[in-house]
Amino acid sequence: MQPFEYANPTTLQEALGMLGNRWGETYVLAGGTDLISLMKEYIETPKRLVNIKGIKELGGIQSTKTGLRIGSTVTVEELLDHAEVRKSFPALTEAARGISSPQIRNMGTVGGDLCQRPRCWYFRQGFGLLAMKDGKSLVPDGENRYHAILGNGGPAYFVSASSFGPALVALGAKIRLASASGHREVAASKFFVTPQNENAREIALLPNEILTEIIVPHEGTKNATYEVRQKQALDWPLAAASVALKMKGSTVSSARIVLAHVAPTPWEATEAGKALDGKAVTPESAEEAAKAALADAKPLSGNGYKVQLARVAVKRALLEAVRARG
Amino acid sequence: MRGVGISTGAVGSGILETAALAAPAGNVAGPGAVPVTLKINGKPYSLNIEPRVTLIDALRNHLDLTGAKKVCDRATCGACTVIMDGKVVYSCTTLAIEAQGKDIQTIEGFSQNGKLHPVSAAFVNHDAQQCGYCTPGFVVAVKGFLDKHPNPTEQDVEAGLGGNLCRCGTYVGMRKAVLEAAKEMRGGRNA
Repeated sequence: MQPFEYANPTTLQEALGMLGNRWGETYVLAGGTDLISLMKEYIETPKRLVNIKGIKELGGIQSTKTGLRIGSTVTVEELLDHAEVRKSFPALTEAARGISSPQIRNMGTVGGDLCQRPRCWYFRQGFGLLAMKDGKSLVPDGENRYHAILGNGGPAYFVSASSFGPALVALGAKIRLASASGHREVAASKFFVTPQNENAREIALLPNEILTEIIVPHEGTKNATYEVRQKQALDWPLAAASVALKMKGSTVSSARIVLAHVAPTPWEATEAGKALDGKAVTPESAEEAAKAALADAKPLSGNGYKVQLARVAVKRALLEAVRARG
Repeated sequence: MRGVGISTGAVGSGILETAALAAPAGNVAGPGAVPVTLKINGKPYSLNIEPRVTLIDALRNHLDLTGAKKVCDRATCGACTVIMDGKVVYSCTTLAIEAQGKDIQTIEGFSQNGKLHPVSAAFVNHDAQQCGYCTPGFVVAVKGFLDKHPNPTEQDVEAGLGGNLCRCGTYVGMRKAVLEAAKEMRGGRNA
């Protein structure tokens, strides 16, 4: 790691005053599980880290009239253990459980999960976010078994690594960002973006902003997350899906189906959601929705297997959402 | 505020020694060495280190507490596990400077009055190690797990130790050891 200065502010205003306008110089440190690793590889070489864990207002989970408010420095474990989250938003609880190392859950934060960088091995080896070499992406003809099968027309081929992002998109959550000049609120679905050039980022956060909190509206949905993984412990899923269903009796009145680890952003399968309107969720209708969700998939040379895994994730997430919980 | 107190060392001046002290505006330390105080196994340790020094390096290289091991150094293998304020964390991916004011437990603090901690004893009883390099991290992770789940099922044990790897593959012995240690610790002996 390169030497850096370390700031430990106790108020949000103080922290915001320490940030700059360019990526790469100053970074916000929360759990550090991603940032410190990137710094050890010299992928990131900031001159300053601003630790935000000492800022009380960024913590805590509270019920408000607009919905459940989750502070950005809430740890994954705190979210996993939270009874109201489990009752109303099992999609988030299951996403937290999927982060299967207790150490990472104790250290990592919800805000950090949303802001973590992609796991693309080209990126992690220093080829940049778009894995370019001699003006061409290394991914399509390279080792792409974990890369995107949707939204992969280029130049980005990585998959969003966030565990909570897909569930938050499905739940219609809002993400609040603060800068020295004020606050703004971004829909979770707009927070993740596909970068169009090497200098762009994969999230809407700006370098002078801090993700302060997440608001999950109480929409009374039946929701779930299902992750398909190779190993039970400590690995990223190969494909996953989060779903949130508004129900009228036993039939769906509107469905949001969001795929994960298949595209540079959480990927909402709008048509598949519409296909469930007015239907009960059964193994058959869930299977149909799953097929529809992957209808546009265009796998790369080495990741065709992900199409079926993603279908399975959608089907099982839908069935899990409507499963009666004791 | 920016640009104030950024020169090396001088700003350290005790400001960061305990988290209990309120940090004044513009409180920035480093990039040079600054005084850092860590509370490890109940004892305070003072050291002078750069902000980039991780907790595992502070423990091993500066304090000669070499029980926690540095293996992957990327928050994956668990050999560096310590308990901070009652929670298991990877010390390779925690900065020592952020661990100030926290109650840090390492494997060195586990045995009491020459008697092994029940988790360590259970590892011995069940041959729950081969080369032994992952063992301190596992023992610490198991204690952290059992403190939160005193009465685990075998399935809980598998999920609860998902943050540690043993390349010798001694998991079968370890699972038995964890269940035995749980029983022992519920009995209240030496816990």
